[in-house]
Amino acid sequence: MKKYVGGLAAVSAIALTIAGCGSKPAEESSGSTANKDFNACMVSDSGGFDDKSFNQTSYKGLQDAVKDLGVTEKKAESKSDNDYPTNMNAMVAAKCNIIVPVGFKLADATEKAAKANSGIKFAIVDYNGFKAPIANVKPLVFNTAQSSFLAGYLAAGMSQSGKVGTFGGAQIPTVTIFMDGFAEGVAYYNKQKSKNVTVVGWDATTQKGLFTGDFESTSKGQQNAQNLITQGADIIFPVAGPAGIGGLQAAKASGGKVNAIWVDTDGCVSAADYCSVLLTSVFKGMDVAVEDAIKAAVENKFSNEEYVGTLANNGTGLSPYHDWDSKIPAELKSEIDQLKKDLIDGKVTVASKAQP
Amino acid sequence: MTTDTEPVVEKPPVRRRSGLPGWAVQALVSLSAIVLALVVGAVLIIIGDEKVKSASSYFFAAPGDTISAALTAVGDAYQALLVGAVGGLNPIAESLTQATPLICGGLAVSLAFRTGLFNIGAQGQLIVGAIFAAWVGFAWHLPVGIHLIIAVIAGIIGGAIWGGLVGLLKARTGAHEVIVTIMLNYVAIYLLQWLLTTSAFQRPGRTDPISPIVDSNAQYPQLSGNRLHLGFVLALVAAAFVWWLLNRSTVGFELRAVGANPDASRTAGMSVGRAYTIAMLVAGALAGLAGTQQVLGTDLPLTDGVAASVGFDSITVALLGRGTPVGTVLAGLLFGALNAGGLQMQLQTQTALTLTTVLQAVIVLFVAAPALVRSIFRFLPRERGLGAVLAKGWNG
Repeated sequence: MKKYVGGLAAVSAIALTIAGCGSKPAEESSGSTANKDFNACMVSDSGGFDDKSFNQTSYKGLQDAVKDLGVTEKKAESKSDNDYPTNMNAMVAAKCNIIVPVGFKLADATEKAAKANSGIKFAIVDYNGFKAPIANVKPLVFNTAQSSFLAGYLAAGMSQSGKVGTFGGAQIPTVTIFMDGFAEGVAYYNKQKSKNVTVVGWDATTQKGLFTGDFESTSKGQQNAQNLITQGADIIFPVAGPAGIGGLQAAKASGGKVNAIWVDTDGCVSAADYCSVLLTSVFKGMDVAVEDAIKAAVENKFSNEEYVGTLANNGTGLSPYHDWDSKIPAELKSEIDQLKKDLIDGKVTVASKAQP
Repeated sequence: MTTDTEPVVEKPPVRRRSGLPGWAVQALVSLSAIVLALVVGAVLIIIGDEKVKSASSYFFAAPGDTISAALTAVGDAYQALLVGAVGGLNPIAESLTQATPLICGGLAVSLAFRTGLFNIGAQGQLIVGAIFAAWVGFAWHLPVGIHLIIAVIAGIIGGAIWGGLVGLLKARTGAHEVIVTIMLNYVAIYLLQWLLTTSAFQRPGRTDPISPIVDSNAQYPQLSGNRLHLGFVLALVAAAFVWWLLNRSTVGFELRAVGANPDASRTAGMSVGRAYTIAMLVAGALAGLAGTQQVLGTDLPLTDGVAASVGFDSITVALLGRGTPVGTVLAGLLFGALNAGGLQMQLQTQTALTLTTVLQAVIVLFVAAPALVRSIFRFLPRERGLGAVLAKGWNG
């Protein structure tokens, strides 16, 4: 026992040395507390809030709401699919005013909880498949096919080898919508420029392609990217959450030959180490959508109307080019700006069936 | 590892042997391991707590702040854990619900362990059992009672096939069960992922991998107003069956004999291959039963995450339960309570959910290293027998 206490003491001593010896700060008040009786709650899916992907981005929306609106935050992380009903019940019991379930995996649990608790509002991210609209459930979905279309056009324009590649985490609509849009963007570039840039890793017509099978394994992401690179692709578009980081590692290891486009968030912010290989990112504005839904609920303006993030409402789009700003030809940039306008006006349309 | 620990067993006892029976010694070691794990967990809570962090920046100005913040953080977290696990009817029901598949999965690992096999494949067996049970549950439409029974039997058969295959391969070809079960886990998970994209399994109108919810006739009846269901009773029945099988039946005697010494068993005229096959068949059936408890009990359709990590957690449950049916039930209950309490703890004190995973892992770490626990808690008597078995490893 003595030894054990000794060890503990040593550890604490080190910790305290590092911790320094400043003086006690005066009590300070933190941000806005205007709506602290309003409970804004969030339940993650099995990816957890630290998934560097859609759970994390959605959670940022909740944090922004806490900062800007002064609501009280409650969050429940799910470790597995088993936890959804339990976490949802716990949030109901915690007197939440609005609950934001993140991801289509929570659809069943959301439907059940929403129907049993008509007084609580729900805003579910990435799901709009309810048989009939539910009075207190607002779906938050994103037409990332549009923004990925732009990414595909950019990739086709920047490719030296005439081959670009993509892979997904799992064959689900929220993933394949990116791959569809990307492939269609490349096809559009070919049509406009009479070129023959090919996409490896995804075939939008047969809906078959390359997948890691999970969103966690960076090594599988790296393998898949390597596979694409071997086939000649010099621009990689990984749509696999954290597993996609493996794709960026493969790109970085190529020493400039291979570059990538990131998804969900601005990769130069969320995965800053790889900024040098990122042409741009296809962002999906879940944080903004979540904060807006909470804001509407706080202001009693909540409606169950579906929110679709598009290029037009800036719910999705391309992030800044960062390091590549100077390397992308001005002509290509202006073509992309024009294409964006055309997509918004409906002059150019995206065919992907995965679109909300 | 083996060379470090085995000579210790040969030495004459350093300490006088205590009068305690073997099971009491094991229980004491397990309890001490739990206490130690809670201590480790407390350190982690303190390190991770924001208030403690900010108070420690002026530790020497007001050391009391840091200490009280640390004590509050640990106290609040463990209180929430306790309340979430056993503080009332609902939490207890939730704990038992969470424990249900862990008990069955733990039995699947325990039974194989007693036969000298390390069954890493509970996950795969559970998944196949869940596939069978769910399919019967939503694709067939049968009357009340019969539907549930057939769905459960289907799940048990599914698991038994997946497990029995391993036993058969081991018996016939000597293929190592650890390798085979790990590989079959992958086959099962990818089989499930593929099935969920076919029209036979995918819910109409959905594009993501999810099955229809099983008919209400095929669901385990709820035992109370919450999620606790009949599957829990089945888990206890399964534990009683395994106890009977191991301790009272001729087959069980053969299994244990083969587990203790396959060569001697063979010399004594027992068929080692037959014992391996039977053990894995029954183990698979038990894991399959755990699979039915996931899809027929807890409100869940078949998804690619239906097994969560139950099959792998089962290994730790079996380790903590020392390979005995009673121990496995108790360990399963403890892990179920930790899971249920963990959800409450993150809700109330924002302690990360993974802390309960750490607690579970540390408990097993200490249980698997009894010598370490004994060196910390000097009063613990020396264990006979089982320590050596655990140290020897599985299927040496």
